[in-house]
Amino acid sequence: MNGQAILREVTLTLPMAPDMEVAASKTATAIAEFMKMSPDRIDEVRMAVIEACINAFEHSHSPDRQVTMTFEVVGKREPEELRITVRDFGVGFDPETLEEPSIEAKLREDRKRGWGLKIIRGLMDEVEIHSGREGTTVVMSKRRR
Amino acid sequence: MTNHPTVTADRRDGLAVIYTKGYINNQAGEEIARVAYVLIDEGHKALLLNLEGTTIVNSIGISILIEIIEKMIEIGGRLAFCRLTPTIDKTFHIMGLTQYAPIYGDEATAVAALRG
Repeated sequence: MNGQAILREVTLTLPMAPDMEVAASKTATAIAEFMKMSPDRIDEVRMAVIEACINAFEHSHSPDRQVTMTFEVVGKREPEELRITVRDFGVGFDPETLEEPSIEAKLREDRKRGWGLKIIRGLMDEVEIHSGREGTTVVMSKRRR
Repeated sequence: MTNHPTVTADRRDGLAVIYTKGYINNQAGEEIARVAYVLIDEGHKALLLNLEGTTIVNSIGISILIEIIEKMIEIGGRLAFCRLTPTIDKTFHIMGLTQYAPIYGDEATAVAALRG
């Protein structure tokens, strides 16, 4: 980790219930504020967390009906990066097979949804997805500045 | 935890401004759409969504806004947004909404542009 350490770690277990993504986003906000991230970057983290939760809630079909979210403040001595891991034990998917949504296509289609990953990738600095039959793990990071 | 979004509309001679307050999720998105379609049925061909009261949206809510954009295109109308937070602005750009519905910093400029 290049001399970096996990300075703080918070783990949430979220039930798949309406508006639980907002609870996760409030935790993300509190941690990002602790890191003295700028308000705009905090907002971007908040939005990405909401989208990651919604994706897990809607697509994982996780039998335990819950999602685990871990927030890690990473840095050498001072907070440098917020790393967020969203984990479900659902059915998994192949990220390579997902078609990148486009507004032109969506305007022609009945189904307007499918934007979550595109939004997450656009707002976070790094995103990794690991998915298989035992579930999906999304790891997304945002540097403090 | 409850979300109490509110959606109100101000009708102004062929143009209407829709104001949102609170988290735009699927519920709020549906309410925005309901109000928008009433306004369209009344003959308003220019709609402005003022999102000053909203600091969080999700992609489900935004997908419903895409439906409204689609409807406006169908009727030859115009839709615009104003008073977005930087993140919502960035998100709309990521999704490409701004190709069909411009974003303005303030309501007066947006109204002038829609009337122009």
